[in-house]
Amino acid sequence: MRFVQNFPFFCILLTLICTVISSVLSGKKARMMTVFILGADWVLNAFTLADVLRTGESFAFRMGHFAAPWGNEIRVGVAEALAAQVLLTVILLAVLAGMKRSTVGVEKSKSALFCILCDLATLAMLALVYTNDLFTAYVFIEINTLAAAGLTMSRQNGRSLAGGARYLIMNLIGSSMFLLGVVLLYIITGQLLMVPLRETLATLDLNGQYRVPLLMALLLITLGLGMKSGLYPFEKWLPGAYPNALPTASALLSSVISKSYIFLLIKIYTRVIGFELVRQTGILNVILVMGCAGMIMGSVKAVRSRTTRMMTAYSSIAQIGYIYMALGLGNELGMLAALWHLLAHSMTKSLLFLSGSVLDEASGGTHQRRDLRGVFYRSPLAAVCFAVGGANLVGVPLLSVFITKVTMAEAAIACGGWRLALTLAAMVVSTLLNAAYFLGTASSFFSPREGMKEQRVKGSRLTTAALAVLLAVNVVFGLMSQTLLPILQTALQAIV
Amino acid sequence: MGIWERLTGNFPEVASVALICIGFAMLLFSRNLFKKIIGMDIMDSAAYLFLACQGYITGRAAPIVADGVQAMEAYINPIPAGLVLTGIVVSVSVSALSLALAVRLYARYHTMDIDEIIRLAGEEEV
Repeated sequence: MRFVQNFPFFCILLTLICTVISSVLSGKKARMMTVFILGADWVLNAFTLADVLRTGESFAFRMGHFAAPWGNEIRVGVAEALAAQVLLTVILLAVLAGMKRSTVGVEKSKSALFCILCDLATLAMLALVYTNDLFTAYVFIEINTLAAAGLTMSRQNGRSLAGGARYLIMNLIGSSMFLLGVVLLYIITGQLLMVPLRETLATLDLNGQYRVPLLMALLLITLGLGMKSGLYPFEKWLPGAYPNALPTASALLSSVISKSYIFLLIKIYTRVIGFELVRQTGILNVILVMGCAGMIMGSVKAVRSRTTRMMTAYSSIAQIGYIYMALGLGNELGMLAALWHLLAHSMTKSLLFLSGSVLDEASGGTHQRRDLRGVFYRSPLAAVCFAVGGANLVGVPLLSVFITKVTMAEAAIACGGWRLALTLAAMVVSTLLNAAYFLGTASSFFSPREGMKEQRVKGSRLTTAALAVLLAVNVVFGLMSQTLLPILQTALQAIV
Repeated sequence: MGIWERLTGNFPEVASVALICIGFAMLLFSRNLFKKIIGMDIMDSAAYLFLACQGYITGRAAPIVADGVQAMEAYINPIPAGLVLTGIVVSVSVSALSLALAVRLYARYHTMDIDEIIRLAGEEEV
């Protein structure tokens, strides 16, 4: 075993240790520690990514060197390492951008708690991306839920507490459904590690055994993770959670926490059940329809939103719909589009939430979209970040979501029939609505307010630097799509 | 085998499913936050009961080596028991957080009705 193969485990262990130590540190020291550990995770994961890209093979790291079904292991391939790298980048930049503002409204004695929640979210994300064991996945899903509920309530006002309660209830239903699904899978196979589970399921399928329990398990896992990631119509918790949290928390909730659930679902479909078997059950048709409905309903609600935060939150429902719609197409291209959009949306949504909060501050703490007129002259970088993020989600060429939409259209054409008609119709309607709310809002940034002298508002240098890097990462990700897409395609084939 | 024999023969599983339904209904339909938390606990406990039943083998002991007996046939399957223990720890953490939140919300709004809490919170300044 090469030494670099220990790095994913080191990342998880380091973050866990950091979480414990932060609980006895002051707010400032806890923030420094979080940034340091995130940086260390980023570097260690970059080495892992470079290693798996070089060898082109995935590897398993056994905890305590026990074999299945006794042992527990993590499995790392290009898809896992790339997803972890993108999500770690987002977390690091979101924490840096919101470093100063994460203490606003939080009692001084409790300011270290926010860092602990960020550490826990990072820990859970790494574990969910890397784990090869379904019960470990359940444990980290619950840790993710606890961290997310804390982040949702980070603003500590009535709205964020009520949003947190709603988030917790809906997400716990999702967790329980996932647990029941895992229990059913364990009962019919006697396995919890993903690869042995897949082999047992293939034998059962060949003999035509346990078809109904398998369908039930698949349904419970899909709906459980769908509910937790904001799949329509189970997204009722989302409008109360994202807009009422602190900017960094909103960025983590929308870009990292929900995405780690979807990544886990993709792994379960490909590595545990087998995509062919999933397709046979017909469950993909259900998530295709739900995804399309989410794309339209999320966009309609975003158009009607009066605040940028609410608009960005509703837009998340539409974008999550895109990912599920692509998954629901049930072919390799659809899966590729889903994974690509998962990464692209993760980067773009954090850019939107973080730049949106800077724009609100530069406009006198407003939350109304109409008050952002001429904000480019008060906070140019944040205005450009929001405009580029919005343009990206609309699908402007050269940016990453354009690639998503082209790949999704190709996947739909390969499917043909009613799936093609439904997908294209949903994409056209959703894109038009996206353009209406994002470009409509962004265009007002560049028209100065009548009779008012615009003055540049000075913000935190760290926030400005983090936003600039996030903007650059978004643009580069889109421009490098010709290189990255084939890598992701190979990674998907190797995820099995 | 008739339905009655199947139900009585799989009594623990039937009880777990009934408890899951009760917990799910409480979680979904009750407006009282405290009852929702109880419902969630019932649902999780039922899932653990269901899992523990699968590892149980009549006539065998708990998977803790006692009196030097090391034969595998003397003990029940330890994996479900281990999983249930882990699950219980997770459930306790989740319940603790949920109850702390319920106390905080009650102190602020003097009600446990989740719809009323959301309505009152919506009326507050952003």
